[in-house]
Amino acid sequence: MEYILKNGIVYDPTNKVNGDKKDVMIKDGKIVDEVSSDAKVIDVTDKLVMAAGVDVHSHIAGPKLCVGRLYRPEDERRGVKPKTATTRAETGFSIPSCPTTGYRYSRMGYGTVTEAAVPPLEAKHTHEEIMAIPNIDISPLTLFGNNWFVLQYVKEGNLDDLAAFVSSWLKITKGYGIKCVNPCGSEAWGWGMNVHGIDDPAPYWDVTGRQVMRALVQVNEMLGLPHSMHVHTNDLGHPGNYETTLKTMDCVKDIKKNPSVSRDQIMHCTHLQFHAYGGTSWRDANSGAEPIADYINKHDHITCDVGQVTLDETTTMTADAPMEYDLYKLSGLKWANKDIELETASGLIPCIYSGKAPVSTLQWAIGLELFLLIKDPWKVVLTTDSPNAGPFLRYPRIISWLMSSDRRTEMMENKEVHKWATKRTSLGTLDRVYDWNDIATVTRSAPAKILGFKERGHLGVGANADVAVYDLEPEKFDPTKAANAPVVEDVLSRALYTIKDGQIVVKDGKIAKVVPSRHLWSNVQGFEKQEKKVLNDIMPMFNKYYTIKFENYKVHDHYIEPSIEYKVNASK
Amino acid sequence: MAYEEPVTDYDKIVENCTCAFCGSNCDDLDYLVKDNRVVAVRHACRLGASKIMEDEDQRLIVPMIRDETGELVETDWDTALDKAAELIANAVRPLFYGWSETSIECMKKGLKLTEYVGAVIDNQATICHGPTVQAVQNVGYPLMTLGEVKNRADMVVYSGSNPMNAHPRHLSRYTMFPRGWFRPRGRYDRTLVTWDPKFSDTAKMSDIWVPFEENGDYEFVNAIRAVLKGKELKKDVIAGIPKEDIIELTEAMKNVEFGALFFGLGLTHTLSKQRNIDIAIQLVQDLNAYTKWVLLPMRGHFNVNGFNIFLSYEMGFPYGVDFCRGYPRYMIGETTTIDLLNRREPDVFMVIAADPGAHFPGGALAHLTNIPVIQIDIHWGPSTELADVVLPGTFIGVETAGTSYRMDSVPIHMKKAIDPPETCREDEWIVNELYERVKKIKEASK
Ligand code: SF4
Ligand SMILES: [Zn+2]
Repeated sequence: MEYILKNGIVYDPTNKVNGDKKDVMIKDGKIVDEVSSDAKVIDVTDKLVMAAGVDVHSHIAGPKLCVGRLYRPEDERRGVKPKTATTRAETGFSIPSCPTTGYRYSRMGYGTVTEAAVPPLEAKHTHEEIMAIPNIDISPLTLFGNNWFVLQYVKEGNLDDLAAFVSSWLKITKGYGIKCVNPCGSEAWGWGMNVHGIDDPAPYWDVTGRQVMRALVQVNEMLGLPHSMHVHTNDLGHPGNYETTLKTMDCVKDIKKNPSVSRDQIMHCTHLQFHAYGGTSWRDANSGAEPIADYINKHDHITCDVGQVTLDETTTMTADAPMEYDLYKLSGLKWANKDIELETASGLIPCIYSGKAPVSTLQWAIGLELFLLIKDPWKVVLTTDSPNAGPFLRYPRIISWLMSSDRRTEMMENKEVHKWATKRTSLGTLDRVYDWNDIATVTRSAPAKILGFKERGHLGVGANADVAVYDLEPEKFDPTKAANAPVVEDVLSRALYTIKDGQIVVKDGKIAKVVPSRHLWSNVQGFEKQEKKVLNDIMPMFNKYYTIKFENYKVHDHYIEPSIEYKVNASK
Repeated sequence: MAYEEPVTDYDKIVENCTCAFCGSNCDDLDYLVKDNRVVAVRHACRLGASKIMEDEDQRLIVPMIRDETGELVETDWDTALDKAAELIANAVRPLFYGWSETSIECMKKGLKLTEYVGAVIDNQATICHGPTVQAVQNVGYPLMTLGEVKNRADMVVYSGSNPMNAHPRHLSRYTMFPRGWFRPRGRYDRTLVTWDPKFSDTAKMSDIWVPFEENGDYEFVNAIRAVLKGKELKKDVIAGIPKEDIIELTEAMKNVEFGALFFGLGLTHTLSKQRNIDIAIQLVQDLNAYTKWVLLPMRGHFNVNGFNIFLSYEMGFPYGVDFCRGYPRYMIGETTTIDLLNRREPDVFMVIAADPGAHFPGGALAHLTNIPVIQIDIHWGPSTELADVVLPGTFIGVETAGTSYRMDSVPIHMKKAIDPPETCREDEWIVNELYERVKKIKEASK
């Protein structure tokens, strides 16, 4: 099938197209520069056109989500919609059912989403859920930061074997990249403890977060994985933690990037908003966004996403299980936990972020500060760490805040948010606004580049024909006006068209077609011998301490249909 | 038990098979296969082994339909499937129940059919750990995988469950006997505690047995929580347990390095039902202020948890989900099997891999005798007596591969070791066939 999207106003930062009136041509699922006369013409004259969105960090599939759904029927009952001729019924607000997740991302014009935390032992579960999510391709990141084999290799300083282990475990779990959550802290949680800062060792293992993060970044570069090491740093959610974050970013800066990769960074720091607090307690907490933004402005080895608080009732869930217990002590809401043998932990708790509350407001304002203080939009990605700071379906609302400083001022003046926004942060003084090019950068081009996708997040020839068209005429519309914020939110929530691999999956804000999501995974080539050796080495420990047979541990091929394998040549 | 000679006459060994019986989902079984039959099973407990080497005369082999005289008569697949499809297509309020002993792959097809016809789908949680799920929805769910217990636990508590009989390898494989990373001496490094009014086989081998009174569960756990919070106990004996013992036990629980509480239907189904579980969960939450504690419900069937997980990720709710309005509704007491049957709402009942005939209360069963019942199963049981159409399935984990979720939610791919009997069909195939045929009928009548 061939299409020509005619006369749209195109924003494609990767190819330096900034609001030009252009046609976008599609053939066989790819962007092309020429189509035949058979091509179907879709008139999008003066409408906003971008590549389909790419999400660098979201929790959409896997065991944590399922604990959430099972124990929060009150959340599932929000957002219920009956089935239609094309779609199944929808449920859930912060932890939607799998089909709902696909429909909602698709309706917002997204085409690729990263599932940010996969425990290897339960990777099959994640992939089963991915099979139930339609219309978006999904790149799952495998958790390594508290894995016993990793801790052991780090302790021995054995990076070669660690690299082979990682490469092998990405194959076993069908993972796309390396995720590291509260390194050593989640292992400490095995004993109900946590670590504080990057130099506090895990009990028994005597290995620190700094060592683990450095090792994983080094290994990531040895293997030349498309994405960098993806870290959720220590001390999440604690006042004063911005110093840990600065130390984290700085502790890897000397490590050389693999020359074969297309990204710029060697480490991606996720949901930085949760890691950018000053003060010593929630009583005197304030923003630590400035020093962090400043560091990122001055260094090129780090990228980040924000984890913007949306001021909703949501569900928090993270492999940073000790932090979730801290939240339980603060809020007393129903606390869930799920520790996974030899690998990781995780915790969940409902969370009510309210503009009336000082702490929620502080978090809200710090997120926006990061967006506005980090100068280069290629270094910062729009996320809510969904559902942690808010559900992903709020992205359009966040965009409306970024595009209008008047709207932000209005919120602060109308008391839609607590006075801590102005008293404890610099948000009130920031009048920067994002334009459509910036928005396209932080939701498309930058995340695609950071993840190492060459075929996504842009509209150049050869790219996947993943396109979003919105019912808005950027040349006639002023998104900086506060009164237009609801329009921005509304229009971006329901794409006029979402095209996925050349097929129209959304039309007029409604799902027009349902296609299976593909599982994106990295297959490292050239480490086979080392992988075999490592598997032999670890098998006695595996057999003795896991409760499952190795044969039954791996993700079999039938759990990843359909998939895209990214072959990675580790030969440097 | 008489001594049995080891089986030496077999063609091949299939290793690392998963037991399709209890929620322990032991995945280390070796099947000894001869002439496409499992002649012996290594590593399984007696329950598992006997299930796997099932008495073949109990096996449902061919499809059957009940005739006018009330007898089940053998028929061919087409006739049986058409009959079942017709019943479903013409039903106003179909209810599809069971699923806990089949694969996730089959559940997928079942849900598709459910959504298509607007039926109710439900599983055994509705009669077993339903109150547990309610409690979890009230107060939370601090869990772990079983390997955490194996590697770290120095205290293990069983309450209202008797794993020595119901989950025979639970202690030997996961909790008490294995040598764990931080518990190198296995049993010697751990304290086993049983809270149970009965001196069960598990209690017999425990270091500490707490025989609180029947229905004393809530009061007993409440007392521990009170002591933990520094309150003074006003009675000398609580739920039949001397105050001093409660204080001593609380201290012991506070002072372990890693404790795990497992609870079964004994706790779920006594007087205070989900309130028992509420308070047990809260106890574990409180204990985490002092040291590490986790808990896990002892799920019965090998995929009862799998169904709850599956339905949650597909449709947001764990069991008892009604699609009659085109969207899922989950209201305990409204959309749950026993309540529906007691209200005589369902007009067709399909039971797959479950035995309501043996487990449902009288009122519910009475309604089942009045409506058409379709059974998909591998062996004859009380439900067969109720069935109007019988569709013989295959044995997951032996004859057919499939996915299951262990009681601690670890997903396992259960492989196939032998071929199914020629006249049987895979559950997944049967349910899908029903979907296709129902669709044909519905579309023809449009
Ligand atoms: S303990 Fe349960 S799963 Fe394991 S062999 Fe026995 S019956 Fe099967
Ligand atoms: Zn996250």
